[in-house]
Amino acid sequence: MTATEWLPFTVCAAALIGLGLYGLVTQPLLLRRVIAFNVIGSGIFLLFGALSGSESAGTDPVPQAMIITGIVVALSATALALALVVAHAREGGRDP
Amino acid sequence: MSLAFNTLLSLIIVAVAAAAILGRQAFMAVVFFIAYGLLIALAWLRLEATNVALAEAAIGAGLTGILLLVAWTRLRALEAPAPSPPHRLLQVLAGAGAGAVTLGLLAAISQLPAVPGLQRDVAEHLPVTGTDNPVTAVLLNFRTWDTLLETLVLLAALVGAWTLTRDEDWPGRAGRRHRVLPDGVLAQFGRVLPPVALVVGAYLVWVGGYQPGGAFQGGTVLAAAWIVAVMTGHLPAPRVDDRWMRMAVLIGPTFFLLVGLAGLVVGAFLYIPPGFAKPVLMAIEATLAVAIAATLAMLVFGAPEQGESS
Repeated sequence: MTATEWLPFTVCAAALIGLGLYGLVTQPLLLRRVIAFNVIGSGIFLLFGALSGSESAGTDPVPQAMIITGIVVALSATALALALVVAHAREGGRDP
Repeated sequence: MSLAFNTLLSLIIVAVAAAAILGRQAFMAVVFFIAYGLLIALAWLRLEATNVALAEAAIGAGLTGILLLVAWTRLRALEAPAPSPPHRLLQVLAGAGAGAVTLGLLAAISQLPAVPGLQRDVAEHLPVTGTDNPVTAVLLNFRTWDTLLETLVLLAALVGAWTLTRDEDWPGRAGRRHRVLPDGVLAQFGRVLPPVALVVGAYLVWVGGYQPGGAFQGGTVLAAAWIVAVMTGHLPAPRVDDRWMRMAVLIGPTFFLLVGLAGLVVGAFLYIPPGFAKPVLMAIEATLAVAIAATLAMLVFGAPEQGESS
């Protein structure tokens, strides 16, 4: 694979980050903001991965390991955020 | 040919992400997000990052998907009031801002210098790490701090979720009670899937030593086996004060810390001597897999809420 063949993923990742940001700001439902946050996260991971592999010597394992760490941390944050969203709804679900 | 495929895949990913973010209903957003996670895993395969593809499919699409579905069900049962959409002007401004971020990123990327990457350094030092999978070597030997703190983040998320329990529900069985038709499709599914997932999960943990796989991917599949068995009513959810469950959750970070402290004796914190690297790494992988499986499953079950459904 060459750098050119990975280029679509770079553009895709930049688009995902923008889309996620838009959703995070404009979505009124908290659950959907969590989804938008996850789209930003995976967009950043994809950007990192697509940029790190454009060398002929094969993929770089260091970004891969950091992305796996990132995926697990994103899941932890998502689980806590969703628990907070449910607790917020249980207390009436109104804005302060 | 592969450029065409990658372009098409990228377009589909952006379209599915747009459906998840802009679609009208929350349930649709969750379903599109799960499909999005699987497509991203496919992109990782195209980027020759099989380890990441496995993690994304299992954690990013699978577990995050279950968490979202469970949260959606609870929110619907609570009948929270629907918030009003933001002002039109805010939407336009947000769209312009988000577009500017995307264009700015693309402009910045085109200015990036070409760098060689670290694959040669990793390959050079791979023989002393105790594993033949370069990604496992980075996770469990070169960048051990990252992985140790990551396991602590998982633990912190679980403790955080538990602190949201109402007083009268603590300490009870995790999550809500699941009612399943005994002869239904779901119950059948719950009998067939967990054994297969157990084998696949254990295999992924083991194979991580020399091929794509590892504690995080394998541990997630093991967690899935447990989650399916509980959600289909074949096993009761564990109590949050269950001693065995708590030991399983703690064994990974504890063993990892002990390895780090033992490293102090022979050199530095988290230093693993090459002579012992292979058995030590295998022990870390095994204990981490158990801890990750238990923590992720408990995160999905959620805080005790049994009083509500009975």
